[in-house]
Amino acid sequence: MPELIAKTALAGKKLVVAGTTLAEIDHGAVRSIAPYPGQELAVGQALLPLGFGFPAVNSFAEKDGALIAWAGREQAFLIGADCPDLGGLAAVTDQSGGWVSLSLQGPLAVEALARYVPMDMRLAAFPVGAAARTPLYHMSMVLMRVAEDGFRLMLFRSMARTAWHEIEVALKTLAARAA
Amino acid sequence: MRIPCPLCGSRDRREFYYYGSEDYLKRPSDQGSIDDLDNQLFLRDNPAGVTRDVWYHEAGCGAWMVVTRNTVSHEVLGSELVAKKKGA
Repeated sequence: MPELIAKTALAGKKLVVAGTTLAEIDHGAVRSIAPYPGQELAVGQALLPLGFGFPAVNSFAEKDGALIAWAGREQAFLIGADCPDLGGLAAVTDQSGGWVSLSLQGPLAVEALARYVPMDMRLAAFPVGAAARTPLYHMSMVLMRVAEDGFRLMLFRSMARTAWHEIEVALKTLAARAA
Repeated sequence: MRIPCPLCGSRDRREFYYYGSEDYLKRPSDQGSIDDLDNQLFLRDNPAGVTRDVWYHEAGCGAWMVVTRNTVSHEVLGSELVAKKKGA
C-alpha cells in the first residue's frame, strides 16, 4: 500500500497578536473511545498504562505527550498515543483527519474566547484541567484549559479556516482597542 | 435562559435544541389502540405551571435530557438524562 502523507488542516499556521499566540497543533492520532454500557471502568483500566484512565466528565488528562479529553456523554478522545486494544469494551474510531487542534495562549486568550463561547470562562468556573463541549461561535468544539491563560481547542477540520479567522479577528480587535 | 445539563452544568439556552413534550418518550404499546398513538403523537397538554420537555444538548455534549420548568414563573427546576431514565 502506498505511504500516504498526513497533512494538518492549517499547515502549522501561527499568529502572534500583542503577546497572545494562536497556533495550530499537529495532534497526531485522534481516537474516539465510546465505552459500551457499563464498561467505563474496564476501559479506564485498559488505558492506565498510558498514565491516565477514562476521563471524568468535563476534564482532560495529559501524560508524556498523550492526552485524553472528555468529549461528550460516555465518549472521550485519545490524542497523540496508540490506543490499547479495547475490543469488546468500547467502540473506537479513528478521527485524526476530522479535527483541527489549536492552541491559544497569552493575555488576550480569555477575552478572545469570551467573544464566541457562551460559557463562564473565569478560572473559578472553568479551571485548569477542565474540558468542555461548547460552541465557538456556531462551531462545535472541544475546549480544554491547559493554563490560566492557555487553551487547547479542537474543531471540525472543515471549519478550521473559519475558526482561525474568527479568533484572529477577536485578537486583533482586542489588541487595537487596548492600543 | 440557562438550562442545567446533567453533565456539563448550567449552560446557555443557545447550546440546546428543543425537541418537545416528554410525552414523546412514552411510546404506547404496539398492541394498543389507535387512540393511544394519536394521543402520543398529537394531543398535548398546555399546562400553566410545571411542564417537562425533551431537550438536546446540540452544541455541547450531545446528551438528550428531560428539563422540568415552570411556564408561569419561567423558573427552570432541573434536568435528567434520558439515557439514565430508561436505565440504559
